[in-house]
Parts: sequence; C-alpha cells; structure tokens
Amino acid sequence: MVDHGGHGGHGDGGAGDLLGPLLAGTGLVLLLAAGAAYVGAACVVRRRGGRGWPAYRVGLAALGLGCVAAALVGPLAAWSHAGFTGHMAAHLLVGMVAPLLLVAAAPVTLALRVLPVGAARRLTRVLGGRVVRGLGHPVAAAVLNVGSLWVLYATPLAGVMLHDPVVHHLLLAHFLVAGYLLTAALVGVDPAPHRPGTGVRLVVLVLAAAGHAVLAKHLWAHPPAGVEVAEARSGALLMYYGGDVVELALAALLLAQWYAAAPARRASAGRAVATRGLSGRRA
Amino acid sequence: MVTDAPYDVARPAVGRDPTYWSTFLLGAAVMAALDEIVFHQMLGWHHFYDAASLRIGLLSDGLLHAAELVALVAGGFLLADARRRGLAVRAVAAAGFVTGLGAFQLWDGVVDHKVLRLHQVRYGVDLLPYDAAWIGAGLLALAVGLVLTVRVARRRRSEA
Repeated sequence: MVDHGGHGGHGDGGAGDLLGPLLAGTGLVLLLAAGAAYVGAACVVRRRGGRGWPAYRVGLAALGLGCVAAALVGPLAAWSHAGFTGHMAAHLLVGMVAPLLLVAAAPVTLALRVLPVGAARRLTRVLGGRVVRGLGHPVAAAVLNVGSLWVLYATPLAGVMLHDPVVHHLLLAHFLVAGYLLTAALVGVDPAPHRPGTGVRLVVLVLAAAGHAVLAKHLWAHPPAGVEVAEARSGALLMYYGGDVVELALAALLLAQWYAAAPARRASAGRAVATRGLSGRRA
Repeated sequence: MVTDAPYDVARPAVGRDPTYWSTFLLGAAVMAALDEIVFHQMLGWHHFYDAASLRIGLLSDGLLHAAELVALVAGGFLLADARRRGLAVRAVAAAGFVTGLGAFQLWDGVVDHKVLRLHQVRYGVDLLPYDAAWIGAGLLALAVGLVLTVRVARRRRSEA
C-alpha cells in the first residue's frame, strides 16, 4: 500500500484535503461539457439529414469520457488513491483505453461537419499547424508518452505523484492528452494529411509497447519509493498485461485500416506502373 | 481456407511471397503465445522476472514481446490479404508457419534462456534435460520448416 494520509497525503488536513475533490469536480464538469458538445453536434448533423452521424460513434465518445470520469470519482478513483495497483489501473484507463475510444469517436470530423465554414477553416489551420503536426507525429507522440512514463515512475517523482492531489490530477490530464495524440497518430480516423505510412506506424507501436513493457518489468524489480514490494509487483503485472491488451487492439485497428485500403492502393500503384511502362515503350 | 492460386496469378519466389512471410510471423507469434500461456501462466514454470537477467536482455525481451503481439495480428491480416489476391498456396503457408515456430523456439531456448538469462525453463530442477528438450524441439521444427521451404522454393522455380 502507498503510505497515504487522506487525499492530500501531507497529513496536515485542511486545504490539502479539499484540493483533490475540487480538482476532480472541475475535471468532471469539463468532461460533461465535452460530452454535451459532442452529443449536441451529433444531433445537429442528424437533423440536417444526409449521411447523418453514426450512433456507435456517440456511444464510443460516451464510453471514452466515462472512462476518464471513473478515474476522477467513484470506487475506481478511490482505489487509485489507495495504492499502486489502483493507481496503475487509472493510468491504463485514462492514458490508453479512454484515448482509444475517444479517437474512434472522430471528434474532429464531427466538429468540421458542424462548425460554420470560417470556424472550420480556423480549426483546420490549427490542426495543420506546426505544433499539432509535430506533436501528432507518431515518433514525437510515442516519445512523449513513453518518455514521461519513465521520467515519472523510474525517478523519485513517483513518490510525489502518488501523494500530491494537484500533481496526480495534472498527470491524469497529461496522460489523457499524450495518449490521445499517440492513438490518433497510430489509428486515427480523423483527417490527417501528413500521417505516415503503415510501416512507420507499426514500428512506432512496437517500440512504444516495448518501452511500456520494459518499464513494467523494471517497476516489478525496483518498486517506486514508498511502495511495498507486493503492491509494486501487482501494479507492474497489471501495467504489463494491460499494455498488451491495448497494444493488440491498436495493432488490430491499424492493420484493419491497412487491409481495407490495400486494394485501392495496389490499383493506383498498378496504374502508375502501367503509365510508366507505356511511356517507357514510347521513348 | 488457403487454396491453390488460379493460374493467371503471377506467383512470386518463396522469399518474396507474402503468404510465406505472413505464416512465418504467425508461426513465431503462436509459439510465443503458447510459451506465455502454457509455461508462464498455466504451469508457472517460467518466471516473470529473473534477477540474473542481463540489462540488454530486458530490453530485447520487451522488444520481442511487443513485436510478437503485432506479428500475430499482422500475420493474420497479411495472410487474409494474400488469400484475397489468390496468392495463398497451402504448401507455402505450411512451410512459413513451421519455420516460424522453430525459429522462435530456437531463439527462445538459446538466446533468451541461455545467453540473456531472462528466465529458465523451470526452477528448482536439473535444467539440462529441460534445456535439451526446449532447444531440441526448436531445432526439429526449424529443420522441418526449412525442408518444406526448400521443397516449395524448388517447385516454384520449376514452375517459372
């Protein structure tokens, strides 16, 4: 068990004990706002008729936001404050499962459909800008994810994170954003004109998953400061096998996209070869 | 179902045949999955972590473990794609699969267990017969796979 004194862990009571619930409440309000915006936009698109907006994507968005909410309030959140295994479960849920669901909900596509032309153009400009494109590159997103995991868990920072409610909630937000960037870079369905090919994305997936798995084994053998050996080991096992499940899901999505696109790609490659061959004969 | 290709499809050499490499990936990944399910989880012979491991071993173990999972999925999709294109030939698929099984088992027995000392086959026993069986099984499967590979490669060359 992590050595905790209430939510704050400082053992001084007062303001420290209120800060955690306050931050969790703020997060919950933000999630509700995001969910309301998504559902509102989907309703607008549906009312306009045409292709509409698929109900399953609304369901994916709700599940994704629900995963984040579960890490903020309720029994899972309580478990995540009580020990390292629960903390790891929250990390998996917020950093890996929720991003997968939210990316599959295609929020950018929905926003582009529902926003007025001017605003949609501005959104496209921001998403196509250097910062988002740079952070959204699979290599950068993978380094951001795996790098921050190592910095956090393999250094004394782990002790701070496990005890300080402000750091805890900031890190949940960080893992959600970083996980979203990586998931979108690997298996995104929203438009991304500069997304690298399947090979690059598969290699990044393997490297990122390897970094995650090696860290899990490292934590098994070297518990973070203040975490008991048995607790660290059960958390590390959860991290290792939970990571496997998410890696399998990402690989399946990535290859399903490749499989669906392969015939069209071959046809256009075939046309290119035929054209070259023709001009070659003419020369 | 893997079927014989229609005659109008150009068949690549076995070394460049997507069927061969898809089932090779599947063979290696299936062997790795059996190792994980049977020897790590069900029997509990293999240990999750062994303090005798080399540092570089932990890194290679992580990479190989991550690659196995992707190989399982990628092998399946590549084989489905080859089948859709009428390229999947049963004998080539079998040769790739058995070679993949053997290649992983041999690597696991020699490099993972003995060179990098990630874990042993079993703890608290005389290891020699276990290692001999592990590595021997790998060698046997790899030899069978290579014989099958040479046979399909010869047949394909004579067809061309």
